[in-house]
Amino acid sequence: MLSEVYLDNSATTVVIPEVAAAMQEALTKNYGNPSSLHRKGLDAERAITASRRIMAKACFVKEEEIFFTSGGTEANNVAIKGVARRYRRRGTHLITTKIEHPSVLYAFRALQKEGFTVTYLEVNRDGLVRTEDVMDAVQDDTVLVSVMHVNNEVGTIQPIEQIGKQLKSAKKEIIFHVDAVQSFGKLPVLPDNWQADIVSFSAHKIHGPKGVGALYCKSGITPDSLFHGGGQEKSLRPGTENTAGIVGFAEAARIAMQKREENVQHMACLRQRLLDGVKTIPNVVYNGTQEAAPHIFNLTVSGVKGEVLVHSLEEHGVYISTGSACHSHRTNPSHVLQAMGLTEKEIEASLRFSFSPYNTVEEINYALEKLRNITASLRLFTRR
Amino acid sequence: MKALFLIRYGEIGLKGKNRHFFENKLTSNIKRSLIDVADCRIQHYRGRNFVEVINGDSAAVSSKLRQIFGIVSFSPVATAGLSMENIKEVAARELGKVAKPGITFKVETKRANKRFPLRSPEVSCDVGEYLLANTSGLAVDVHHPDYVLDVEIRDHEAYIYTERIPGPGGLPVGASGKGLLLISGGIDSPVAGWMAMKRGVTLDALHFHSFPFTSERAKEKVVDLTKILSGYGNKINLHVAHFTEIQKELRQKCPEKLTVTLMRRMMFRIAERLAEQRNALALITGESLGQVASQTMESINVIEKVTTIPVFRPLIGMDKEEIVNISRRIGTYNTSILPYEDCCTVFLPEFPVTRPRLTDVEEAEKALDIEALVNESLEKTETIEIKH
Repeated sequence: MLSEVYLDNSATTVVIPEVAAAMQEALTKNYGNPSSLHRKGLDAERAITASRRIMAKACFVKEEEIFFTSGGTEANNVAIKGVARRYRRRGTHLITTKIEHPSVLYAFRALQKEGFTVTYLEVNRDGLVRTEDVMDAVQDDTVLVSVMHVNNEVGTIQPIEQIGKQLKSAKKEIIFHVDAVQSFGKLPVLPDNWQADIVSFSAHKIHGPKGVGALYCKSGITPDSLFHGGGQEKSLRPGTENTAGIVGFAEAARIAMQKREENVQHMACLRQRLLDGVKTIPNVVYNGTQEAAPHIFNLTVSGVKGEVLVHSLEEHGVYISTGSACHSHRTNPSHVLQAMGLTEKEIEASLRFSFSPYNTVEEINYALEKLRNITASLRLFTRR
Repeated sequence: MKALFLIRYGEIGLKGKNRHFFENKLTSNIKRSLIDVADCRIQHYRGRNFVEVINGDSAAVSSKLRQIFGIVSFSPVATAGLSMENIKEVAARELGKVAKPGITFKVETKRANKRFPLRSPEVSCDVGEYLLANTSGLAVDVHHPDYVLDVEIRDHEAYIYTERIPGPGGLPVGASGKGLLLISGGIDSPVAGWMAMKRGVTLDALHFHSFPFTSERAKEKVVDLTKILSGYGNKINLHVAHFTEIQKELRQKCPEKLTVTLMRRMMFRIAERLAEQRNALALITGESLGQVASQTMESINVIEKVTTIPVFRPLIGMDKEEIVNISRRIGTYNTSILPYEDCCTVFLPEFPVTRPRLTDVEEAEKALDIEALVNESLEKTETIEIKH
């Protein structure tokens, strides 16, 4: 038996030793306040500058276009609320999709209360947004369009580049935001190619620490800040910098980018192995498209509650997640799977496996074997 | 200045020859509850308890006292020497703490120390006059005063107070033997446990865990609820019985519509055996008549047939709303409604029988090796000691 097979890497990832070491150094030695005038301050500032350079290089943008935040949620909030409020005079119509992360969806909901109108775009059965739907939704007063790159639940890759290009050729002033939290470090993230103005990132999805994220913000775009303070991060995100977090993020990004292509190939292999394996379990349906991101795999195991499967697998050391939390009085089904048109029963029976480059084929085989056995035994208790 | 609380207990003062037993229980319960809160001295004197806070937060002591069963009410008191001069002075100070212009008051005196030269009405009168003369904007109202200023004259000193804080009443926990509470994690069972404790019952608790059909978090929730309950008494031993195999057997071998009845019967069998092992004299459940399929009179009848031990159902005549109100008051509600309940619903039939017949149920049980299932569940039972 394998002691731990962690296949919930879209929820969060383990901090790898290189990152932990870099952070320890920052925490215990390079602990100065980057705003301090003395050398301790300067050392910390240098560490942050170096981190910014790594992040900029990772997505081929300029250093001054990278801003560190407290995580993906804050990055999304600054991008959406900050842009909408800053450019309110240009218009009050906003566009996003129904399958965004809650930090995007709820930011838009909050803006509706401030008088903005929001179009939430449908997706097809594969979880894909159609570019023509985006274009059809554009109005004269549209100021912001926000579409995620890779969906966190099903792994579908949205046609970001196509959307960006068409948007910009139709109306140059529309600001285009991309939530790249799930794709960064795995797929190429190229704001320039996408013609994206603002892009969100998070560290803990790529073996960095929790509590740190970043925003690419194209020169000339100046979102309103959510906080007021001492002017750090050009006042977009004031507050004493989380030096250790930022250094850890950059180290994680550096390592992820260094081995990116190799990692993608490896994870695609794992995914294929899992796909081949589940095909031999009766009544298992794969959710999403074949051209999805290599690290996310969503399936419906009909007749079995996802949560029960999660708990059964954890008995064998296998950690995955569900498409919905199961409660005895109410269920809280995934909005993504709902938007894709799955029934409540199908959603209840859905599971997500998500890989990291550090998972092995052996682990996938082990998880598959357990999944196969557990599914067979649980189906005995399905309501007849 | 050290804080002093006077504690009144009603019912236990009436318990005839057993009175000392009840009083000693209450005193030791108060001691135990306050041990982590403050450094206190507890004295028992003529139908009253006195808690003297030597060191520590008297507000925390006060909030603890509100939870101790057996206490009818209590008052933070000020002490005065046994001279009228001193009594008047302290009375003026105490009334001054609560008085606002326009309020009314009245003085009531109890003279336990009969050697004190003035009689009770004379003391009240004197103190009242003094207070009127030395404060402004206050009036006396002997029928409906805003504040009653109490003067209790004791052997060595006098106690003066204006405030009476209600306690939870009931009997001191431990005064009525041990009961085994069947606790689910919902709203009702913790309330049932609390009501049993209110009548002096020491609790053990039993939870049926069906991992992986119920989550680790559901169990955590039961631990949290038990912890809240233990704040009203002593530590509680929570027994977590492994119920998965039984659920599976019922699902595979018995008619679906009977599973709820059969499941409850299995629970009662396990509970009775555990009660024997733990020297508990009764089972306590959160059932309320007619609330769900297993709580109709027919169901209760058929389910209880498997036990001989008494089953207490403190909520039997209560409406959901009443139960919810108590649950809010005792602090279990917010934990009870946390959403990770369970996936046990996989085992729930869509149409459970509400009027099961004993013959049908017994027929269905022939498919099961009941003794083996009960033994297995008991063997896999884990016991957690829970203290507030």
